[in-house]
Amino acid sequence: MSTVDTIRGRLDALPDVGLVVGFIGAIWAVMLVLAIAVGGANWANLAAGFVGSVTVLIGGYAILALALNLQWGYTGLFNIGIAGFMAVGAYTTAILTAPTDPAAGAVPGLGLPLWVGLIGGMVMAAIVGGLAALPALRLKADYLAIVTVAFSEIIRLIVNWDGLAEVSLFGVPVGTGGATGISFKSANDVASTLINGVGQPLVTAAEGVGVSGPNLANLTYGILLLLVVAASYWVLARITDSPFGRVLKAIREDETVTQSLGKDTRLFKIKTFMIGCALMGLAGVLFRGQAGYISPQQFRPTITFYVFAALIIGGSGSNTGSIVGAATFSGLLFYLPARLGENISLGGTRAPGNIVDAVAGFASLDPAPLLAYIISNVSTLRFVLIGVVLIYIIQNQPDGLLGHRNEPATSVSLDRPQSGSGGETDE
Amino acid sequence: MGIAEFARDGRVVVGERPGAAVVAAVGGFLLLDLVAKLAGTTVFFVGTKLLGGSLTVSSLLSMVVDGLLVGLAVGLAGIGLSMTYSILDFANFAHGDTVTVGAFLGWVAAYITAGLGTGAPIAELFMLNSGRQLSTVSTLAPVLLGLVVAGVGSIGIVLLIDRLTYRPMRDTDNISLLIASIGVALALRYLIAFVFGTETSGVASGGLRVTVFSMISVTDNEITLLVVSVLLMLGVHLLLQRTKLGKAMRAMADNEDLARVTGIPTERVIRLTWILGGGLAGIGGYLLVLESGTISFNFGWILLLLIFAAVIVGGIGSIYGAMAGGILIGLVDSLALIWLPSGLTRASAFLVLIVVLLLRPSGIFGGVSTA
Repeated sequence: MSTVDTIRGRLDALPDVGLVVGFIGAIWAVMLVLAIAVGGANWANLAAGFVGSVTVLIGGYAILALALNLQWGYTGLFNIGIAGFMAVGAYTTAILTAPTDPAAGAVPGLGLPLWVGLIGGMVMAAIVGGLAALPALRLKADYLAIVTVAFSEIIRLIVNWDGLAEVSLFGVPVGTGGATGISFKSANDVASTLINGVGQPLVTAAEGVGVSGPNLANLTYGILLLLVVAASYWVLARITDSPFGRVLKAIREDETVTQSLGKDTRLFKIKTFMIGCALMGLAGVLFRGQAGYISPQQFRPTITFYVFAALIIGGSGSNTGSIVGAATFSGLLFYLPARLGENISLGGTRAPGNIVDAVAGFASLDPAPLLAYIISNVSTLRFVLIGVVLIYIIQNQPDGLLGHRNEPATSVSLDRPQSGSGGETDE
Repeated sequence: MGIAEFARDGRVVVGERPGAAVVAAVGGFLLLDLVAKLAGTTVFFVGTKLLGGSLTVSSLLSMVVDGLLVGLAVGLAGIGLSMTYSILDFANFAHGDTVTVGAFLGWVAAYITAGLGTGAPIAELFMLNSGRQLSTVSTLAPVLLGLVVAGVGSIGIVLLIDRLTYRPMRDTDNISLLIASIGVALALRYLIAFVFGTETSGVASGGLRVTVFSMISVTDNEITLLVVSVLLMLGVHLLLQRTKLGKAMRAMADNEDLARVTGIPTERVIRLTWILGGGLAGIGGYLLVLESGTISFNFGWILLLLIFAAVIVGGIGSIYGAMAGGILIGLVDSLALIWLPSGLTRASAFLVLIVVLLLRPSGIFGGVSTA
């Protein structure tokens, strides 16, 4: 308790912007140190690659965690169909923006500009979210969870179905590409054009210290994503601070009371669900479709659970916590272990191909094969770590890092003044 | 209990009628279509095909048998999910991975005992990739041993998980427990991937093919699945009807505090719930692999939503409901092929799940908690 409380106390003392910038800066610093440690002469390029990838991950998960926080943290809607709503947004954008004359074997789209596609994707994700919410929101939280996860799997199976791979819609050929996916003009292309056009001097300067163009473009894209995060944060803060937001918090605390005060809670819940789904759709295309290509494989339910892990680590109910949680999850639990595993070698011991050989070495008091096996499989083991962290947090710190700042439904503080002796402050 | 309240909720009842009418209409149409298909006629309406087509009786029967077999295993696995849902009051998302763990433990045991003396290296046997295909007829003893190990092993695992994860959180709300189970699911699944890798291994194939009524063709492995799961379901039935345990479980599902006041050792009932549910899940997974022939680290996770569908269709908390729901969902999953392209059949099972949750959240049998 005490160490967590100390950390919490220090976190509380910082202003929110400082907290988030400090957190992301710290993760960047860790990546930089890792790159210097393993990169040798090539460290600058490696560092740019690490920092760029981790920034994209942080940005993607932060948007998703913010969206989930609006639904779950503020309103108590337990949506585990995130992957499905991401897929709706991403596929809509892809179909709207894919070129009308694609490369051989690819699926044609409508060839619209990217901004139309992004808006279309968000609108479609909101509509589908609304359609799902309309009947489902009267269900208990755990039933809603099962309905949404089943719904997301149905969406994935439909876009995966080869019957929709290429169809004619009012004479225009469009489609989802089935299991092979669909290519479209991605936001990443925009970032590359930007950095190679306006930012040309920057590219030259970066190449001077050995950072490659693609790595710089990736980093630029990550920073653009962080700007989207900042914009989403601003919008959500506006929403949750408004009278509308107060009703949402009241629904989370006690829906019956809110109803008896004359609020049509169903309407509030549906609206919230739709806003959250729109944001998830946006994240679907910006995050999963970064490379200008999406396929059904990218929208498996597991990504939903990663977003939950990120939000729970940060603390549900707090927008700042969502971003900090996303940074902690994607930087320290998801990305860092994999890079460590790739770059640590055990002085010549080659990793055995399977666990039996690894343990066999252990029997003759040689732990090296087992260690080498563990290191070469760190990218698998990090998911065990994520699971264990999730269990630990829910058991011991259900508020996460910042969830204790869960905003109350009242506009004035109802906290009792702190008593001097500090006896029963804990609820 | 929440479900009972739900059934009584006036709005649900009012909303139920149009929904039920649509379901009945769709069901009726599909039935008519099936009859037309079997008769080999096609009905046209204003130039477009309305219903009908062609379908042979034997291919229909083989679909029914397939669905029935998968459904039995799903029902077996669903018993545990239904019990923990009603007694501990949370949706256990780690249940699918319990199925996987049981299957892996059982198959490793079966594979090693079957391979001893054949000179195959132990590492290949343990990793289930020596390429040997077991069947009930050719290797009866190892297959039966694997069955026992799958049950006992998964019981051990779920008891350990309960001790470490759920027991410290007995009094917390069901969403926290659900999230903890998601953590358990992730950890279990990737521990299996760490030990056994992420490739799919072929471990079993039927050794003998029997033709029944000169129409249905089943393998010895499929018969094993049928016999074992029916016996186990019968066993569960007797256990719950003839012993005090069943009554205690019903009491706990209804009101835990009251059960404790009455002197029911709630902690012991919870332990027995895990033992029964975990063991059946492991055996269900083992039998599914015996039938399908392949095993991979995430097959239980993929199966989980189907198990949820079975449990919810049958009514949460009802063990007979889980069995019947499993068979029903298995049949839906398999028979959907008559009307849907193969890529979408699984979606139909999920659609049934959603429709039942929306129209009749207490399950199609009315949510009688038979324990």
